Amino acid sequence: MAVNGNGKANGGPAVNGRAYPIEDHSYDVIVVGAGGSGLRAVVGCSEAGLRTACITKVFPTRSHTVAAQGGIAAALGNMGEDDWRWHMYDTVKGADWLGDQDSIEYMCRNAPAAVYELEHWGLPFSRREEDGKIYQRPFGGMTTHYGKGTAQRTCAAADRTGHAMLHTMYGQALKHAAEFYIEYFAIDLIMDDEGRCRGVVALNMDDGTIHRFTANMVILATGGYGRAYFSCTSAHICTGDGGGMMLRAGLPLQDMEFVQFHPTGIYPAGCLITEGSRGEGGYLTNSEGERFMERYAPSAKDLASRDVVSRAMTMEIREGRGVGKDKDHIYLHLDHLDPKVLAERLPGISETARIFAGVDVTREPIPVLPTVHYNMGGIATNYHGEAVTLKNGNPDTVIPGLMALGEAGCVSVHGANRLGSNSLIDLVVFGRAAALRCAEILTPGETQPDLPKDSADFALARLDKFRNASGGTPTAQLRLNMQRVMQNNCAVFRTGEVLDEGQKLIHDVYDSMPDLKVSDRSLIWNSDLIETLELDNLIAQAVVTMESAKNRTESRGGHAREDYPERDDKNWMKHTLAWMDEKGKVKIDYRPVHTYTLTNDVSYIEPKARVY
Amino acid sequence: MVEFTLPKNSKITEGKTWPHAEKAGEETAFRIYRWNPDDGQNPRVDTYYVDRNDCGPMVLDALIWIKNNIDPTLTFRRSCREGVCGSCAMNIDGTNTLACTKAIDDSKAPVKIYPLPHQPVVKDLVPDLKNFYAQYASIEPWLHTTTATPEKEWKQSHEDRAKLDGMYECILCACCSTSCPSYWWNSDRYLGPAALLQANRWVQDSRDEATGERLDNLEDPFRLYRCHTILNCSKACPKGLNPAKEIAQLKKAMVDRQL
Repeated sequence: MAVNGNGKANGGPAVNGRAYPIEDHSYDVIVVGAGGSGLRAVVGCSEAGLRTACITKVFPTRSHTVAAQGGIAAALGNMGEDDWRWHMYDTVKGADWLGDQDSIEYMCRNAPAAVYELEHWGLPFSRREEDGKIYQRPFGGMTTHYGKGTAQRTCAAADRTGHAMLHTMYGQALKHAAEFYIEYFAIDLIMDDEGRCRGVVALNMDDGTIHRFTANMVILATGGYGRAYFSCTSAHICTGDGGGMMLRAGLPLQDMEFVQFHPTGIYPAGCLITEGSRGEGGYLTNSEGERFMERYAPSAKDLASRDVVSRAMTMEIREGRGVGKDKDHIYLHLDHLDPKVLAERLPGISETARIFAGVDVTREPIPVLPTVHYNMGGIATNYHGEAVTLKNGNPDTVIPGLMALGEAGCVSVHGANRLGSNSLIDLVVFGRAAALRCAEILTPGETQPDLPKDSADFALARLDKFRNASGGTPTAQLRLNMQRVMQNNCAVFRTGEVLDEGQKLIHDVYDSMPDLKVSDRSLIWNSDLIETLELDNLIAQAVVTMESAKNRTESRGGHAREDYPERDDKNWMKHTLAWMDEKGKVKIDYRPVHTYTLTNDVSYIEPKARVY
Repeated sequence: MVEFTLPKNSKITEGKTWPHAEKAGEETAFRIYRWNPDDGQNPRVDTYYVDRNDCGPMVLDALIWIKNNIDPTLTFRRSCREGVCGSCAMNIDGTNTLACTKAIDDSKAPVKIYPLPHQPVVKDLVPDLKNFYAQYASIEPWLHTTTATPEKEWKQSHEDRAKLDGMYECILCACCSTSCPSYWWNSDRYLGPAALLQANRWVQDSRDEATGERLDNLEDPFRLYRCHTILNCSKACPKGLNPAKEIAQLKKAMVDRQL
């Protein structure tokens, strides 16, 4: 079917005897997702003169980037000496040597320019009293002189950095008159016979119409899948829709076993309390009032990297030194800090703690617990943002027409564990890189070959299946089952036994999917249907996460196996690649870690023991 | 022509009372506005009973509990659940606020929930905010400069940065604008408190070099001056901001530049 201009309805193919009319749209670039990385790519591609559209299931400023608090890392050196090479060292070590060092170099050396760009766009950074430069705070794992001192590298807008950044970038997108399709839910990728991504099919939630977007480049910036777990800091919308689309297209996801638990989610609500609170001097205590991090990380203490702190907290609780009635959480103290500092630098979390824990942070500690926060894994990409896969023995084979960014991607700068404030910089650096790459390899207005005749059938069949699902299990119930399995069997500490059980249980959930029941039959704002499509995305990634975790018999970063407590560089310094077929069967293979840098300005950082 | 009664198809009818959950403990009643454009029926108010022993403390928790346990067709927006994204703005007990930060216990049962007032309803608690967003875009929410961009950051003193506090925190939830009677009457031409607060955010930014143009853009009997200092906006803001004060600052800037 030829693509004949934007917005023209075609008589769509009949699916299961029902016809869904399709509106066709054609662009140079389609970005799916309007969080930090998606918006940066939209702005960059628009600037380059490429016809760009952004499809997003929520209004851009509702994207989960809005909830990022502490800041964005870049070696500006505003607070003392700093060097992007030190930032690179910290990131490599934080990643427990699973990060690709060419990508890490690219991110760290381009970080300062990316922060200045945001500032030029109007981001209201907090400022230094002395000279009006951007204020930077200490953050976990961020050091100077290759681990010797504490760096102040994290640029902040109080503790609302993500909010300030997302609104700033949405403003830039408006400035460039970028086209948005808001509250459109992307159902599936359109792949052609040669394995090129040709576009996406999306549902307009507002009126239930189906839209087929074709483009020479599709950029997935769909975020993480935190909602696969019962308790997470992630927004309700974090359902990893891009990852689900990948798996259904027969493409792999990388390093899915690496799930970051943030040390300080409010107990029990799960809302995030920024690591910046410890950066500003906060500390953790157990039931004995002990600052226990001193035992686990004598040098960095409460500012050790997140996986280390989360494990230490879990150990304290296990050994009976948790606080509260059930001794099942830990205290975070900010009550010793100057109320003026709290009001200026941590106003957002002071409010969150009051609302969700009933705590006045100037007087009382906040009850906290390690809470699922970030997916290091995702769609494997190179440092241009181009999606890659293992094909014919080449682990860096580019999937033509497809890119991935941000938490949806796995470029892999975060390796086995992400450092705090490295995600926001990841978003803008690689959002920009993807746009530069698009400008380089695409020609504005380039014609697109005809689509395969059945290009929308796959997506429509899936939509139709769920829209008319009339089994016995409501979506919410199956989602809860999945979340409980992930929470119980794929948590901070893992063992073979628990993962074996988890594998069985998560497949049981997957196998129950045909019994789903969707109650809302309307096509206008059918959130029951949308939640079901999201569950379908989540469960696929939950299965892949569990299988990848079971498969990796070592401990590295966020993946801590009690039965294999050591890092095993000989056998496991490699990225997991996992494919899943429609029966839920997972196939695992590997990609080598990039053990080389981009330039000669810095040399490869050799693995060593990771001590904080 | 002014209409003093609602059109027939807009009259709200008594809806369904949904059954209690099995083995429910302490319960709280919720009365929730429902409207489905597909079924040709008038809007109605349904009654639900939420099992408080099985539900979180916030109104959003209750809505999600109802959707998960009683009625999957109940439709509302939600995202961050911690008061920073602005998705779940709605009218609870007569006040516009965020469902995610509004405690159920701060309401008197039954908790009455309606969509944000005076916006077209798409379905149930989902309002159409296209006009609100277009007004936001119209104030050009990005930094305008003419001076050559520096290699590093623009410097901004601590004091100048502090002028943005109370404005940059706005989450565009629309609670303020949709609580304003002047906006209800003239939302086609009056920008409303949210867009005006945002306008002032850029006027006050020491880095911005388009203050004159920004004020010109507001010099109009409707866009700015339909604010009659009713102050519902400041009362409604779930983030504790004071849009009325920012509007006053804009009006003052208008006067100042005449002198």
